[in-house]
Amino acid sequence: MEALLKILEDVQPGVDYRNCRRLIDDHILDSLSILALVAELEEEFDIVIPTVEIIPDNFNSAEQIWALIVRLRQED
Amino acid sequence: MSISSYCSLAYLAVFLPAVILLYSLAPRKARPFALLFASYGFFWMVSGKLLAYLLVSTFSIHHAGIWLALTQKERDLLLEQAARGEKKEIRGHFQKKQRRIVLGMVCLHVGILAALKYASFLGGNLNTLLAALKIPFTLPIPSWAVPIGISFYTLQAVSYILDVYHEKFPADRNLGRLALYMAFFPQVMEGPICRYRDTASQLWEGAPIRFRNLAFGLQRILFGLMKKVVIADRLNAFIQSVFGDYASQDGGILALSVVLYTCQLYMEFSGTMDVVLGSGEIFGIALPENFRQPFFSRSISEFWQRWHITLGTWFKDYIFYPLSMSGPLKKLTARARKRLGNHFGPLLAGAAALFCVWVCNGLWHGAGWHYLFFGMYHFVLILAGNLTEPLARRVTGALHIHRERAPWKVFQILRTGLLVCVGELFFRAESLRDGLAMFRRMVTGFSLASIQNGAVYQLGMDKWDFLIVLAAVLVVLGHSMARERGAHPRQWIAGRCLPVRWAIYYGLILFLILFGAYGTGYVPVDPIYANF
Repeated sequence: MEALLKILEDVQPGVDYRNCRRLIDDHILDSLSILALVAELEEEFDIVIPTVEIIPDNFNSAEQIWALIVRLRQED
Repeated sequence: MSISSYCSLAYLAVFLPAVILLYSLAPRKARPFALLFASYGFFWMVSGKLLAYLLVSTFSIHHAGIWLALTQKERDLLLEQAARGEKKEIRGHFQKKQRRIVLGMVCLHVGILAALKYASFLGGNLNTLLAALKIPFTLPIPSWAVPIGISFYTLQAVSYILDVYHEKFPADRNLGRLALYMAFFPQVMEGPICRYRDTASQLWEGAPIRFRNLAFGLQRILFGLMKKVVIADRLNAFIQSVFGDYASQDGGILALSVVLYTCQLYMEFSGTMDVVLGSGEIFGIALPENFRQPFFSRSISEFWQRWHITLGTWFKDYIFYPLSMSGPLKKLTARARKRLGNHFGPLLAGAAALFCVWVCNGLWHGAGWHYLFFGMYHFVLILAGNLTEPLARRVTGALHIHRERAPWKVFQILRTGLLVCVGELFFRAESLRDGLAMFRRMVTGFSLASIQNGAVYQLGMDKWDFLIVLAAVLVVLGHSMARERGAHPRQWIAGRCLPVRWAIYYGLILFLILFGAYGTGYVPVDPIYANF
């Protein structure tokens, strides 16, 4: 989780990622941030994030992103 | 009975009440069928025999959905029995099979849309090219009637089949439910572009009509009618006369007409959406919102997150992300990010995907070079906004400008509004040539003479017309400001005591009756988005 928070801070600094629950709904992470984030997550965690997983429910908070990473690693 | 739009008397005074009555009298299980019957009846009244296209689309996605579901079931059965090493091969085999089904469906739907909507545009341009190359051959240009709302229900059909392919939900075996999702009468002509998962089960539920839903739905319809009949229709004569003869007008009049056209487009489309969403609300169906106070946007990018929202999210989900997350572009992002950083790195892949989105967006609105220009205009603005963002932050930082304070926000909102108005000039123009000529005249021949000497009142709107439009725009502005601050005016009204509530309703009804632009001397604006 700490690695994820570091990546998020790197992609879009200055956001309270521990508490924010509306990263997508409030447009804190825009489409281009998502592209950068996906590229970084895939490299860091050795996963492949399919397009179908790019939905607000998976990216609205750091916890949801972490749950996605864990699930994709298990499925792999 | 002829229904020309959702704001017509035929729809509001005859069709909608008749459907409400039919729905209320029907037993619960029969209510979805009553809605389906009404929806096909509506489509028949608007497009006649062209209903066949909608039926082809509905039957084909129903069949293809079940085919995909069977394929997925067969795959899962084989995967359960397969050894670990065989699973990848099985998945690959079935993915290819599913892709062929999906490709067939997408080609069928996009093919029909392209043939009906773009054949004459493509044929005409090819003939121009052949003539320029002095090749003595002319392609015959077909002219087919286009069913109303084809651009909307085609996107719904494609999203359904892609979502079933991606296993976001199981394929629907209930043909009636799928048919109602495709044809629901309030949204079939102008959207919003619905997603199966959001609306299908609501539509099929057959919930009873409750007083609260009826009251809220009618309130919203009334507000939408006010936008359409008082503002959009009243502006119509002025806009038609200026755009129809722009060469005779000075730059000041042209600039005013561009601002007023942008206002008309918003009031017409968002007003119709209020009628559409209000109609759905009466039956207890929450259709997705298409507007979220777009003129409070601080950038063009934000504007498109607030204007025609369902079209924007469709393009994002089914074009932008699939393209930008495809293998080659994903690799490009990963490489570029290391060299160019987190801001500029994803821009290369993002720009390629964004380009495709805006070509599609422009052409979706119509077959014409000015629509393509409209798309490219927004692509360039969004890309430029992203490219210059770091520089803008540095400059505002150096100048000690607080980006979250009111003056800067107002500047950004006005700048965005100006850029939107310029884009709408090309959107409204008869052709790209006319749009460019009008823009040139607006800039080079700018003068306030016609406004100062009163000539502006000779173009279809007198001083009173302007004042009525201004008063109505202020009402809409007040409502938008309240919504922007998180208030819910409709719920606030519902919470007032009876005399206050009815005073507001009667006030709005009287305003509509007294100041609506109808009857002799007025030509209501055609439903602009229905023709897309």
